Amino acid sequence: MAKPELMDFDKALELYEPVLGFEVHVELNTATKMFSDAPNYFGGEPNTNITPVDLGLPGSLPVVNEQAVRYSISLGLALGCSIAESSRFARKNYFYPDLAKNYQISQYDEPIAYRGSVDVELEDGRSFTIPIERAHMEEDAGKLTHVGGSTGRIQGAEYSLVDYNRAGVPLVEIVTDIIYGADRDAPELAKAYVSTIRDIVVSLGISDARMERGNLRCDANISLSPRGSGILGTRTETKNVNSLRSVERAIRYEIQRQAAILSAGGTITQETRHWHEDTGRTSAGRPKSDADDYRYFPEPDLLPVQPSAELIEELRAALPEAPALRRRRLKGEWGFTDLEFRDVVNSGLLNELAETVAAGAAPQAARKWWTGEIARLANAAGVDSSSLVTPQQVAELIELIEAGTLTDRLARQVLEGVIAGEGTPAEVVDKRGLAVVSDDTALLAAIDEALAAQPDVLAKIRDGKVQAAGAVIGAVMKAMRGQADAARVRELVLERAK
Amino acid sequence: MTTANDLIHLPAADLAERLSSGEVSSVEATQAHLDRIAAVDGDVHAYLHVAGDAALERAAEIDRLRAEGDAGLGPLAGVPVAIKDVLCTLDMPSTAGSRILEGWVPPYDATVVRKLREAHLIPLGKTNMDEFAMGSSTEHSAYGPTRNPWDLDRIPGGSGGGSAAAVAAFEAPFALGSDTGGSIRQPAAVTGSVGVKPTYGGVSRYGAIALASSLDQVGPVSRTVLDSALLHDVIGGHDPRDSTSIPDVWPSMADAARAGRRDGALKGMRIGVVKQLNGEGFQAGVTQRFTEALTLLEGAGAEIVEIDAPNFEYAIAAYYLILPAEASSNLAKFDSVRFGLRVNPPGGGTVEQVMSATREAGFGPEVKRRIILGTYALSAGYYDAYYGSAQKVRTLIQRDFDAAFGRVDVLVTPSAPTTAFRLGEKLDDPLAMYLNDLTTIPANLAGVPGIGLPIGLAPEDGLPVGIQFMAPARADARLYTVGAALEQILEDRWGGSLLSQAPELAVATAGGTN
Repeated sequence: MAKPELMDFDKALELYEPVLGFEVHVELNTATKMFSDAPNYFGGEPNTNITPVDLGLPGSLPVVNEQAVRYSISLGLALGCSIAESSRFARKNYFYPDLAKNYQISQYDEPIAYRGSVDVELEDGRSFTIPIERAHMEEDAGKLTHVGGSTGRIQGAEYSLVDYNRAGVPLVEIVTDIIYGADRDAPELAKAYVSTIRDIVVSLGISDARMERGNLRCDANISLSPRGSGILGTRTETKNVNSLRSVERAIRYEIQRQAAILSAGGTITQETRHWHEDTGRTSAGRPKSDADDYRYFPEPDLLPVQPSAELIEELRAALPEAPALRRRRLKGEWGFTDLEFRDVVNSGLLNELAETVAAGAAPQAARKWWTGEIARLANAAGVDSSSLVTPQQVAELIELIEAGTLTDRLARQVLEGVIAGEGTPAEVVDKRGLAVVSDDTALLAAIDEALAAQPDVLAKIRDGKVQAAGAVIGAVMKAMRGQADAARVRELVLERAK
Repeated sequence: MTTANDLIHLPAADLAERLSSGEVSSVEATQAHLDRIAAVDGDVHAYLHVAGDAALERAAEIDRLRAEGDAGLGPLAGVPVAIKDVLCTLDMPSTAGSRILEGWVPPYDATVVRKLREAHLIPLGKTNMDEFAMGSSTEHSAYGPTRNPWDLDRIPGGSGGGSAAAVAAFEAPFALGSDTGGSIRQPAAVTGSVGVKPTYGGVSRYGAIALASSLDQVGPVSRTVLDSALLHDVIGGHDPRDSTSIPDVWPSMADAARAGRRDGALKGMRIGVVKQLNGEGFQAGVTQRFTEALTLLEGAGAEIVEIDAPNFEYAIAAYYLILPAEASSNLAKFDSVRFGLRVNPPGGGTVEQVMSATREAGFGPEVKRRIILGTYALSAGYYDAYYGSAQKVRTLIQRDFDAAFGRVDVLVTPSAPTTAFRLGEKLDDPLAMYLNDLTTIPANLAGVPGIGLPIGLAPEDGLPVGIQFMAPARADARLYTVGAALEQILEDRWGGSLLSQAPELAVATAGGTN
């Protein structure tokens, strides 16, 4: 495949206005599946967390998971949506082997939540309101693994394996209205939107929301409208965008790709496109048209979902603080500057930070580690920081620093050990023998040895040339293989000079 | 001393009494039925699978429990029962009459089957049916037709021809069926037996291989009204695995049937004759027996009222849009990926090609016809005109029922427009076949219960004629009372059951059962 032409982003924005739309799928963390009593656990041995319902065996029937309905209502309320007095499941009919019944039970013309909006903040602090069309409940499909062939895709594969453990996992699909006016902020807005949805579902406690595990999946629709024309372009739907960073990159890429095609007089094919994390490109998937006929009809095996007004009000009353309000509160509590706080929010680490602080760490120390070393390691590995370490581990690391057990330098080594799966920070300290030597006797022995090697140092210090201590400190640190607190060594050297 | 011949002719209620008193054992009763099956089923072909060893084993277990004085035995403990092959059974293949499920043994029991086992009944085997319950003659079974015990050249009705024929040929005291548009009541009519479609949601559908989910309902088939009521009491009630199952506590249907046998049970009962489902288009002998039955009901103190149900006229049209639409989706799962037949195209192929080859080879022509109809009816651009309109008609029919039940206690119609027709007679004319369910379909569309029972033989062909009563949703008990009352009047006149007038079937083995 030849590398597609891309137009310079700024040039593309001069010519076209991007029009966006997002479908975000949220996997709910209920105990059991959407329509069966199989454990809602994707993983483990393939095809073990299944019942006749998940396999679509003849005669089996779905039963709606009440917890999933409650979660969906809470999410709808948090998105500012109205909750339907009566909503209905429908069958979306299409043949695909990951779909046990060859139809998906979803909600079509009567979703549980409709018409809402979400405020998202851009990096520079500007706020943007994203209109929400609807949020509806549905079931996840199984997972296909294509074996043989070079791409891992179905094309060229010799055969495919199906794992139905994921079949029937409860999902809420959040669909935005068409988003106009994002303009050159489109890539950033996309990222901020998905990040906000993630914050909301995490604050509700209804999803693990780990993008890298597919708990939260974003399909990004984008089209370009010739600037000032008011004419909507043909859209593409980019799937498989599994990190916040990718959401931003994918939108940016599609704008550049579509602009190049359009400006050369070409046309955009309405299709799904697959995002490739490694190449940073999208590739053509299935052609998709509005004429795709899923032959929706009301699911006759299920009754309409009719939550009582009392239930809705009970769930509304139990809603946690809205993420935007919470951000304002945390910023004040932590005493961060605008820049510091935005840095945290923009790196998508607010929850990690909050949990780290809740676990006992000082806010500034938590910020320093999450946006510094951890972010650097995550970036290098191309993963989200949250997938590397837990807030509890970071808090423990900071505690060890505060207690003087670790220096920053040692702490970085401990962090590597934790990420490598060697255990908790304390366990890594033990295993690697990384603790600071806090025994003054040992330090003094090393200092005396260093002073003996550099006999003029003490005299210089006594003459007021305190910086001369540096040479001794360096030698001591080297002798201690870094496992000493340099400040303490300095104190001891100065004492010797008295 | 009860002979084997007596055992197969006894109604289930009577057999249960003799089992309970210890006069006969369940092993004897089960063996008698297995012998009868061996003797006549070569001709009748009511069964697709006979579980002889398992049945005898279970019967011996029940006998042992009884000998030990087990107080937990149900009132029907030890009584054999036949099960329509549309129902999932752990220990027997469940094919729904289709090649695509040949040999498939489900990993679970349908709720109704579980309830049968828990009530200590003895499953004899699985009965034949039109493929996926699509048909009115059982000729659409992939495993060959069932024949009517009254005349082996005639159809036993459908789709549950196997269950009705098994009961009518004394191959089982009673059986489970399923009724989507008449599949219990129409076979009952043409075989001279009793069949009940309960209120939609009255009996669990969990484990019933779905034809049209909003219409399907499992129900009993038997030779007496009381036997259907007894079986209904076993299988009925709420099932958390079926969301459409009604959470109500139901009255005893058996008590309701027994009440019908008391004098004056019909006094003051208002019975509505549906104008649209009488007269024109009905065989003369059917109309004649039906009219006589109305006279008998009136004579017993019932008030006969004519009811206008104008939208019933559109019932078949609506039904043949809703049913295929739901069926086209329900049958999509038969794709060879997880269970059932798999046909690989020559030289292998993609998953789509394997699915296609499997469905091509595994489904019969009637199933394909309805999948195509349903797929079309649900397609974008046609949905409103077909499926949407059909649902509106359904609402109108429900309103007709509501209006009618504002005036009468039950509605009455012939169970079927004709007596049993000859095998092959309507096979090439699907529309003529569809018309057979003219009188039974409205109840499915409205979700109301219906009972069919025999009212005599048509003079022109000597074949059974059935009558159908329908009641408001949840008033199933009323049907058993009315049905049992009319049954009593008729049997008094006939000096026994209608089925005792059925011709003797030839027996296949020397010695036979007599």
